[in-house]
This record gives sequence, structure tokens and C-alpha cells, in this order.
Amino acid sequence: MSKEWPLWEVFIRGQHGMSHRHVGSLHAADAEHAVKNARDVYTRRNEGVSIWVIEAEKITASSPSEKGPMYDPARDKVYRHPTFYDIPDEVGKM
Amino acid sequence: MYAQMVKSEATKDDPEQLAAFQARIDAGEKIEPKDWMPEGYRKTLIRQVGQHAHSEIVGQLPEGNWITRAPTLERKANLLAKVQDEAGHGLYLYCAAETLGVSRDEMTQMLLDGRMKYSSIFNYPTLTWADMGAVGWLVDGAAIMNQVPLQRTSYGPYARAMVRVCKEESFHQRQGFHIMMAMVKGTAEQKRMAQDALNRFWYPALMMFGPSDKDSVHSSQSMAWKIKMNTNDELRQKFVDETVPQAEYLGLTIPDEDLTWNEENGQYDFTEPDWNEFFDVISGNGPCNVDRLSARQKAWDDGAWVRDAMNAHAEKKAARKLAAE
Repeated sequence: MSKEWPLWEVFIRGQHGMSHRHVGSLHAADAEHAVKNARDVYTRRNEGVSIWVIEAEKITASSPSEKGPMYDPARDKVYRHPTFYDIPDEVGKM
Repeated sequence: MYAQMVKSEATKDDPEQLAAFQARIDAGEKIEPKDWMPEGYRKTLIRQVGQHAHSEIVGQLPEGNWITRAPTLERKANLLAKVQDEAGHGLYLYCAAETLGVSRDEMTQMLLDGRMKYSSIFNYPTLTWADMGAVGWLVDGAAIMNQVPLQRTSYGPYARAMVRVCKEESFHQRQGFHIMMAMVKGTAEQKRMAQDALNRFWYPALMMFGPSDKDSVHSSQSMAWKIKMNTNDELRQKFVDETVPQAEYLGLTIPDEDLTWNEENGQYDFTEPDWNEFFDVISGNGPCNVDRLSARQKAWDDGAWVRDAMNAHAEKKAARKLAAE
């Protein structure tokens, strides 16, 4: 059996000024081929105006086992949210 | 359904880890590719998602049969778009299965040598244009019934693939019903063709949900893992209850003399399909099993030089780029 085409991750930006968003993956021989395939597989209904592709093996991901040390420190810092600060009603909208 | 008869694989994992895993599922958390999961969960999902993907791909064949013979250019464009969607759905699902550690080529090989299956429904022939109506209306209708709840399945990549599939799939059922509407309003001969298509596809469509719950020994583990969301009989009943009024609207008769509305429990009583036929078709003896697999084998063999040429071209381009740097 011959070699499989590598796996690519596909990111698409929709029309409403949002950032590129991961939509899925596909196999392709190279980047140009991946963009062509992404157009056929992920934009059949006007889903986007811009496509990014990146070879899946080039992505570095955080590990699920580090979930605690990575994200717990943010949990007790409620003062990073506006609702932490009580402002009297008479001050008006802020 | 598209994953009929998927056997849940036994798991020999540490009981504590298993309990923690089950607790995550019970709490509605999604399981992601890098998370720990029981071997049985992984293997069952590979079979189920792989079979689902194969069904989408093989499912293109009975409809592809009619693209060049569609009665109008508009119907042809509709059907072509639908068949192209099936290819896309197959690809979403293959990618979801690949996150579980099986390669695309391995899955293809397992389909071709019979280790993996696809839905029994695609082993029936599509003899007339009315069959395109019946397939969209009934087969896609049955598929949607199964796929909508699967959007909430516990495995993240599978659930996300199902969200995309469901968003695209409802046009499939509607275009099928639309064909049926045109057929029943046509000549007497066209109406007869529509009835004939319903006659031939009714029971195979009921079989899509898999054997009766009392004979389906693999359901409970899959349901606990939330990779199966409803029992076969629940979904089949729902399908019958929704489809009978649609057939009435078309002025067609469901080919079941015992079909009756059960006032007491508010649903239809209906005749079970012939399960011997189902087991026969799924084990390779349906009218089109040989054709379908040989079409896939031919596509795989004939495409080999293209796959290799694309690789060779990519390697040459990369080498040239490196030399220029």
C-alpha cells in the first residue's frame, strides 16, 4: 500500500468579520491541494471567504492531564470580571 | 442504523478509571481524542464511526446511478449536490474516526475485505427515477432520525461531525419528498412508479434501525457510554409515526396491511421487517452487495496512481523549494 496523504487541519473565516475557526480536517498531498480540498469539503454552502490549512503534525497542543495547573489559577481571580466591582446605581451606566 | 449491529467491545481497564470515565460521561462532558478512554469505548467507536463513514460513501452509488438520467437539469443539479454532500459526510466521519487511532487507508482496507460493514439499505437496487424520491424521503429520513440525537454523543469529534451532517442533511429528505410529490401528481404510470418505490423501500428502511431491542444485545453498554442515544425500536417507532402521515399526504399506501393507529398509546402498530432478510443482506447476500464492493474496489485500485502521483509531485515541489533556499 502506498503512503497516505498527510492530515491537514482546516480553519475558515466566515463573512461577518469573525476570526478563522477550526472546522475539521482532511487529507491532501500538499498545502495547495489541501486548500482546494477544503474548498470542496467545507465551503459548499458559502460558509466562508478565507481558508487556512496547516499540517496536523505541526500543531502543538496542550495536554489534557495539565488541565489543573494550566487553568485552575484563573478560577479564583474573579476580580478580572467587571461584575466584581460594585458601582452604585446613581453613578449611571458604566 | 448506519451503524447496525455494531458490537460493543469488551473492556479490560482499571475499574477506578472506568468509573471516573463513566462519571464524566454522566456529567455530560465530551470526551476528546487525547483524553483517557477505555479500550472498548475506543474500539466500539472506531467500528461505529467507520461504518457510518462507509455508509455515506457506499450510499453515493445507488444515487450516482441516476445522475446522468435525471429527468430535468434542475433535478440533476439537486441530485448531484446531494451525492456530493454524501462524499463530504463520509470525509467528516472518517476524520472523526481517525482521531481514535485508525488510519483512513486501514478503514478502506477493512471495508474492502469485509471486516467493516456499511448500512444494509445500500445493497438494494435503485430501479427507477421514483427510487430517488423514495431514497431521499425514506432512507435520508431514517438517517436523520438517528443522526439528530447523535449530535449529543459523548465523543467530541463524532458529535461535531454529526452537527455538520445534520445541518446539511435535511435538504436531502426534502428533495426526495419533492420528487415523490411530482411523481404522484404526474401520470397514472408515474404514480404507480412512486407506489412501487415505496413498496420496495419501506421494509429495508425499517431495517436501517437494526434488529429489535429484544435481539440487540450490544445496546446497553453503548447507551451508557452515550455513543448510542436511543434504542433501535424507539427510533423505528418514531420513524413510522412521522412517515405514515407523509405517505397519506402523497396518496400512497404503506405496504403493511396490519398498520393501524393505536389510540391507547398514541402511535402506529406496524409489521416488523423480515429479520432473516436483514441478516442475509448484512452478511453479504443482498441484491447489490457484490456490485457495491466491486465498485469501491475499482475506485480504490483505479485511484492508486493518482494518490501516488500527488505524493510524488508534492515531494518534488518540496525538494525544489529547499534547493532554492
